[in-house]
Amino acid sequence: MIVMEVLVSILLLTGGLLSFLGSIGILRFPDVYGRLHAATKSATLGVIGILTGTFLYFLVMHDIFVGKVLLGIIFVFLTAPVGAFMISRAAYLTGVPLSKQTEQDDLKKARSEAEKAE
Amino acid sequence: MQFQILLNIVIAFIWMLLQNSFTIVHFVFGYIVGLGMLFFLRRFLRFDFYFRRVYAFIKLLLLFAYKLIEANWDLIKIILRPKMDITPGIIAVPTELKTDWEKTLLANLISLTPGTLTMDFSEDGDILYIHAINVPDKEKAIREIHESFEKAILEVTQ
Repeated sequence: MIVMEVLVSILLLTGGLLSFLGSIGILRFPDVYGRLHAATKSATLGVIGILTGTFLYFLVMHDIFVGKVLLGIIFVFLTAPVGAFMISRAAYLTGVPLSKQTEQDDLKKARSEAEKAE
Repeated sequence: MQFQILLNIVIAFIWMLLQNSFTIVHFVFGYIVGLGMLFFLRRFLRFDFYFRRVYAFIKLLLLFAYKLIEANWDLIKIILRPKMDITPGIIAVPTELKTDWEKTLLANLISLTPGTLTMDFSEDGDILYIHAINVPDKEKAIREIHESFEKAILEVTQ
């Protein structure tokens, strides 16, 4: 029991910490695209950590199999990258500027060539 | 055909999870709901199914999970650096994958790996535009995409 309590605690704390660090990342990155890196990766693993902890807690301590939590993990895993893809694409197409540190922009090149071809 | 049966059973299981009751009654009811869903979506279900793919799929899922943890570690190191000296950029990466389903998987996998985020596809879908947080590392990222991700995805789909 003690081992499981420790494991659940570690999972919950790691999940919370990752979500917190992800929020700091959202504040610190210079542009939308950098912020999306923080929002997708940390938030995904953070939420998965918390949900896994919850699932294990109810399974071991109370003998309840909470299927909804498992579904939550799967859907977060599936939707986070798709969401990031759509947001960054929409941001780029509506002309949200890249940060000044940006070194390379292959997409701009490709798009101007495509416009020329038309 | 087999794939559709499996999908149907999966839908029935999801139904049982949603109802939070694991009785045969709910399984049967979920199966009927799944039948209805498959009937409406039958146009999209042309590919067939082999068991080998399930194994490859589990391997791909583990790769996903491992890469996600690695990405988080990398990101935390960047976030907690006192001065954020990153050189982001958008790089074009050609892909050999053919079907939309494979490309979607690859895009998701790239989004969850260290320092990369899929942004856009080219018109014909053969080039992925990736936002990288550190452009000097791009050779490593591109090599990883070609050698480990594309291979793992092809194992599932071929």
